[in-house]
Amino acid sequence: MASPSNTHSQTRRQLLSRIGTLAGSVALYQAMTSMGHAMGTDFSGPPKLSGAKKGTSVLVLGAGLAGMLSAYELRKAGYDVKIIEFQTRSGGRNISLRGGDTVTELGGATQKVGFAPGNYINPGPWRIPYHHQGLLYYCREFGVQLEPFIELNHNSWLHSTGSFGGKAVRYRELASDFTGFTAELLAKAVDQHKLDDLVSADEVAHLKDAMQGWGALTPELTYTKGNLSSLRRGFEKPQGGGLNGAPIPSDLMNRSEIWKSGMWNWMAFHERLDMQTTMFQPVGGMDNIGKAFTRQVKDLLQLNCKVTAIHQDDHGVSVTYNDMQHGGVVRQAKADYCVCTIPLSILSQLDVQVSDGMKAAIGAVPYASSVKLGLEFKRRFWEEDDQIYGGISFTDQPISQISYPSHGIFSKGPAVLLGGYMFGPAAYDFAGMTPQERLEQGIKQGMAFHPQYRKEFLNGVSFAWSRVPGPWAAVPCGARRHAKRTIKRCAPLTRGWFWQASMRLTSAAGRKEPFSPRWMRLHVCTNEPWEQPDA
Amino acid sequence: MRKFLLFSALMAVVVPAGFARADSASAISGKIEALPSGEAIYRHICQSCHMPDGQGAVGAGAQIPALAHNPHLQAASYPATVILNGYGAMPWFSGLLNDKQVADVVNYIRTHFGNHYTDKLNPSEVALMRPHLTAEEQ
Repeated sequence: MASPSNTHSQTRRQLLSRIGTLAGSVALYQAMTSMGHAMGTDFSGPPKLSGAKKGTSVLVLGAGLAGMLSAYELRKAGYDVKIIEFQTRSGGRNISLRGGDTVTELGGATQKVGFAPGNYINPGPWRIPYHHQGLLYYCREFGVQLEPFIELNHNSWLHSTGSFGGKAVRYRELASDFTGFTAELLAKAVDQHKLDDLVSADEVAHLKDAMQGWGALTPELTYTKGNLSSLRRGFEKPQGGGLNGAPIPSDLMNRSEIWKSGMWNWMAFHERLDMQTTMFQPVGGMDNIGKAFTRQVKDLLQLNCKVTAIHQDDHGVSVTYNDMQHGGVVRQAKADYCVCTIPLSILSQLDVQVSDGMKAAIGAVPYASSVKLGLEFKRRFWEEDDQIYGGISFTDQPISQISYPSHGIFSKGPAVLLGGYMFGPAAYDFAGMTPQERLEQGIKQGMAFHPQYRKEFLNGVSFAWSRVPGPWAAVPCGARRHAKRTIKRCAPLTRGWFWQASMRLTSAAGRKEPFSPRWMRLHVCTNEPWEQPDA
Repeated sequence: MRKFLLFSALMAVVVPAGFARADSASAISGKIEALPSGEAIYRHICQSCHMPDGQGAVGAGAQIPALAHNPHLQAASYPATVILNGYGAMPWFSGLLNDKQVADVVNYIRTHFGNHYTDKLNPSEVALMRPHLTAEEQ
């Protein structure tokens, strides 16, 4: 039993507590801090943990990636670790649905997945940015095979109900025209001395050059119909052989309608750091990450345990749970420390012995709704008819986007695409529908891109995160201000919670508090394996 | 009533902020249907968690409260405050719904699902309850 260390100041000691690690064990504190370092995007290698006092026990709540990774590293450091998990599976939000799987929702709706062998949909995380080096490191370490995920496809569709007659346009058409017209306006404004108060004389020439090259402008600084623009946006009739082989340039889009359409939002989307190339996905489904993590800690893992209370005193932590594998019998697990990765939406409803401020903070983090649709079609018509190989088509309809599979390209037979990925109001709307209604809406709206939809459709499945009966509910969507402050102050108390991008930004701002930046890193770490890949 | 007072006190401390983005992916979200009535708002938003029959749900750990036969609905200001500020895992809807829409849906849930509270909440009353957000919190 470790005793509180005298090296902590009084204030700090007040903050430290056994729940969520810490009271006093400097070694464990350092261990977890190192992991925080390890898991940020500034990852430079796995944590080198050491100094565990022999026989010190740690109980990990939750067998998502955060919990399993904590267990893996802490055991390596010499701690006596055990994980308990509510579900009958480990892996947390790392899920893939395949043929034969069953999805049962709160409210009772049940779907049986009818996908052909080899096909799957990832209802949670699905793509990993190249800079999530922590997660990528462990994937490599644990033997998870990764392949490129195609995020940006210039030949995908963009569709806005109220723009361009409601007709979908190709990404390359919008991107070229947006860039070309922007460059033209800027180049001409500079050329006509309209920006003299903003642009110095020696900058003008360089700026004009840059705009001409960037925007595919003519020497007269015009973005106009012709080979120059069509070499970016595509030709009306592409260049061919023979006498009639000359290419025919394509018409440009209406300039003012481009700004008004808001479709440029979908260009900006891919420019976010989280969306930039190269992205990855696990071969065969996202749940292969959870499976690989599970292989590392299988012997520490007890499934089917529903935690009801977390208490602490000077001697350690005591966790009460129902052992669902044995008729729900009440059991208690005791340990010197506890790493809690239970989502706040659940934790706020449990009997957790923490300060009132902390309790308020736990209860002050709302969860967002998100819905995904997986649709299986008889053939890859998006490839065969439309030359779309991976990537995303966007629409302003509720389904918001269609993502084409990055794997199995050119293969014959049935294939599954992501037929809708909703957040915000549209997610509430879809989550409130029956599974049949969701699929029907998905098909109807998808016809804006693909008239083949109805004819080629085989079957589908929807996954509404707010209707998931498991203990993870949906995704945290932010925190009320007070909660942020409290959690920052109490960060050492809160090991491994799934935390939010907004929290991360706040903490990453680097306020000089004793722990928060690095401790928040750990939250992020727990978040990243699922949340960021999902991004 | 006592409970409500406590709740208000909590809300005074827990200043609601605008929706933060769940992650980059949520920067793209589809639009919603028109919401001309309390029923439409319930169908398109609330029932995603509180269920079509207002019975709520009990999951593995999380519990979504039932609106059916819910004595908390006795004072119209209670559900209005929860809708405007969020509560627990429930997000706030002050950004999504205008005063009339909040009043509409409050009046709807208070007269359906076995609830029979006939006094109406007016949009002007909602306006007074609406949290004031600074630019930083938006």
